[in-house]
Amino acid sequence: MAVAFDEMNGLGEDIRPAYRELSRWLKETPPDALEYRRQEAELLFRRIGITFAVYGDAEAQERLIPFDVIPRIVSAKEWAVLEKGLKQRVQALNLFLRDIYHGRDILRANVVPEDLIFQNPVFRPEMNGQDVPHDIYVHVAGIDVIRTDAENFIVLEDNARTPSGVSYMLENREIMMRLFPDLFARHRIAPVERYPDELLAALRSVAPDSASAEPTVALMTPGVYNSAYYEHSFLADKLGIELVEGRDLIVKDDEVFMRTTEGLKRVDVIYRRLDDDFIDPLTFRPDSALGVPGLMSAYAAGNITLANAVGTGIADDKAMYSYMPEIVRFYLSEQPILKNVQTWRCREPKDLAYVLDNLDQLVVKEVHGSGGYGMLIGPAATKATIEAFRDKLKREPEGFIAQPTLALSTCPTCTEAGLAPRHVDLRPFVLTGSNHTTIVAGGLTRVALKEGSLVVNSSQGGGTKDTWILDE
Amino acid sequence: MLSRTAENLYWLARYVERAEYIARTIDATLRVTALPAAYIGKTNEWESALLTAGVSQSFYQVYDEANEQNVVDYLSFNANNPSSIKNCIEAARLNSRSVRTALTSEMWDTINSAWIELQEVWAKGTKTREELARFLRFVQETSLRFDGSAYRTMLRNDAYWFSRLGVHLERADNTARILDVKYHVLLPEEEHVGGPLDYYQWTSILRSVSALTAYHWVYRETLKPWLIADLLILNDSLPRSLASCYGNLVRNLDQIGVAYGRQGSAQRHARGVRNRLEHSNIDDIFQHGVHEFIQEFLADNSRLGEIITRQYLT
Repeated sequence: MAVAFDEMNGLGEDIRPAYRELSRWLKETPPDALEYRRQEAELLFRRIGITFAVYGDAEAQERLIPFDVIPRIVSAKEWAVLEKGLKQRVQALNLFLRDIYHGRDILRANVVPEDLIFQNPVFRPEMNGQDVPHDIYVHVAGIDVIRTDAENFIVLEDNARTPSGVSYMLENREIMMRLFPDLFARHRIAPVERYPDELLAALRSVAPDSASAEPTVALMTPGVYNSAYYEHSFLADKLGIELVEGRDLIVKDDEVFMRTTEGLKRVDVIYRRLDDDFIDPLTFRPDSALGVPGLMSAYAAGNITLANAVGTGIADDKAMYSYMPEIVRFYLSEQPILKNVQTWRCREPKDLAYVLDNLDQLVVKEVHGSGGYGMLIGPAATKATIEAFRDKLKREPEGFIAQPTLALSTCPTCTEAGLAPRHVDLRPFVLTGSNHTTIVAGGLTRVALKEGSLVVNSSQGGGTKDTWILDE
Repeated sequence: MLSRTAENLYWLARYVERAEYIARTIDATLRVTALPAAYIGKTNEWESALLTAGVSQSFYQVYDEANEQNVVDYLSFNANNPSSIKNCIEAARLNSRSVRTALTSEMWDTINSAWIELQEVWAKGTKTREELARFLRFVQETSLRFDGSAYRTMLRNDAYWFSRLGVHLERADNTARILDVKYHVLLPEEEHVGGPLDYYQWTSILRSVSALTAYHWVYRETLKPWLIADLLILNDSLPRSLASCYGNLVRNLDQIGVAYGRQGSAQRHARGVRNRLEHSNIDDIFQHGVHEFIQEFLADNSRLGEIITRQYLT
C-alpha cells in the first residue's frame, strides 16, 4: 500500500499551513508535558463518566473511548467545500426518502433497482404515503468522510438512522480547552458549543400541527445499558429536555404522553435514539420491551414527530450507498460535490467476479452491518479468513459490497513510542429543520490507534480526537 | 418531571443514606465488641447489627454463625444482601446514571468517583481492620459529600424535594430500627435490669446515629437510657430523630404540593405521623410500651413510602 497522505505533513514535503502553529507548539512542548496532559484527560473522561459499552464484552462493560490529545485540523477553505457537499448530500437523502415512500419517481426512472428497495428489510411499508412534517426524514445525519489526498474529502458512509458521537465532539473540545488553553490562544478555532441549541431548534421546527406553540420535545433512549447511553443523557441535559424510556411513554387516543409526577404530559417531538425495530412492539418487533405500544399509530395520525423518521435506513444502507452520486444528480440536477468511494456491488455478477478475484486487495462489508463488525480487510486477513469469506460471498452475494483498501489519511497521534501517524476519518453532524440545513463547524475525528490499522470504530479499538475547523 | 426520574432520585438518596447507616452500624459494633466481655455482657452484638440492618433472616440462609467476619462480609460486600454497602453503592450509581440529567455534576461526580474507587475494594476485600475502617470511613464520607452537594448545588424544585423525601424516609426507618432492636436497654430506671453493663450499649446506639456529642449538648447529663430514647424519638433538633425526619418529610411534601397545586394522601399521612410525634412525651411512650410505639412507627413509615410511590412515582 502506498504511503498515506498525512494531515500535517502531506506527502512528506512542508508542514501544511493549517498545522504550522501546532507543529511549532509540539516542538516547544516537552514530551513529558504531553504525557501528563494525556493522563489528565483520561482521568477527566472517567470522572465525567463518558463511557460506552461494548456488546458481548462482559469484562469491560463500561469502557472509555481512548482520547488523543493531538487535534485534527481542517482549514477554513477545506471546510467550506465539505460543508457545501454535506448539505447537498443530506438534501438528496431527504428527497430520496420522500420519493421512496410516495411517488417513487426514481424507481420509474430506473436509477435505483426496485428489488433493492422492496426486498430490503429496512424498507418500511408502514411509511408508504405517510407525510412527515416539512418532508424531513433525516433531521440528524452523521456523514463519515475520509481523505486520501490534499484535494478531496470522500464519503465513506451515510448515517441516517441514529448516528452517535456528537457528545464526543462537544466533550473533546471542553477537555482540550481545559488542558491546552495556550494552544487555543494561538489558533482561531470555530466553536462547537451551539450544537445543542441548533439541534433543539431543528427538532422544535418539525413539531406536528396539533402541537401547542411551545412544543414538547423528548429524547428517547433504549436505557442505561445501551452503548451510547452516556451521549443520550448528555444531550438531553444540554437540550434541557426529558430523557425518556419506552416505559415513560403511553399512547392514548393516538396522542403520546409521558408519565410525570404531575400526571400525563403530551409529547410532540421525539428525538429517538433507538432503531425502528424497537420503537413499537405492536408494529415492529413484538418482543421489544424498549418501545411504546401504539406509537406508530400516533405517528400515522400525525400527532407526533419522530426524528429521525421511521424508515430512513433505506437511504443509508450500504447497498444504496453506491447509488448516492446518481441519487444526488437525479433530485438536484447537480454534480455531487463529495465523491463516493468506488464500490463493487456483489449483487451484480460482473462485480462479484471481480471481487472474488481480488479478495486480498479489497475491503468487503456486509450491506446491513455497522460498527465495523463483520467486515473483511483483504490485505490484513489470513488466507483462511479470506477463504471463509469467499464462501459467504458466494452463498449470499447480495449481502455484500466491496471497496478498494483506501489509504486513509493519517494524523500525528500520541503513541507509546512518541508521536506517530495514525489513520483517521471524520464524522460531521448535519442538522435539518423546517427551513434550513446547518452544520456546526466541527465533527468527530476517529483514529485507528493500532499502527497500520484502518479500523477507526470505537468497538474495535479506535479512539477520538478533537477536530478544529480554523476560522480564518 | 418524569415519574421514573423522581423515583430514581428518591431511591438514589435512600441507597446512599442506607450505605452510610450500615457503615455506621458496623463501625459502632466493632467498637463495642473490641471491649473486654466484662463491659458488655454476653450479648452477641453482631446479631444485633444484623437485626438493626433488617437482614437477619436472609443472613442465616447464607451463614450459620453471626460472628464478626461473617457479618462484616454480609453487610459490606455480599451480593445476595440487597442492603449490603456494595449493593447500595452499585444501585446508587445505576440510579445516578439513569437520571444524570436531574443530578448536578457535583452529585454525579461524588457517586461516580466513589464507585470507581470502590471497585478495588470489591475486588480485593478488606484484609485488615485498618483497611476495613478506612473503607467504612470512605462510605460515610461519600454520603456526606453527596448530601452536601445535593444541598449546595441542586435547584430547589421537585427533583430536590423527592431526593430529600428519600433521605428522610430512609433515615427515619434506620433510627427506628435501632430503637426497635435496642429498646430493652433503654427502659426507665426502675424497670432497668442491666445496670452499668449497658453503658457501652448506649454509647454504641448514639454512635450509630452520630449523636453521642449531641446528647451531651442537649442534656448536659451522663447517659440516661430514657433520655437517649427521648433524643432519638422526639428531639426535633437532632437530624436523625424521628421527629426531625418527619418535620422534614412534611416540609418537602408540602413544597411538592404547593408546586403542583394539589395535596394528596402522602401529605395527609405524613402530617398525621408528625402530629403524633409532636404531641407525645417520652413518659407516655414508655407507659404504652416503647416496643409497640416503634413497631407502629415503622409500619406508618413504610406506609408513607408506599403512598408516595403510588401518588408520584408510578
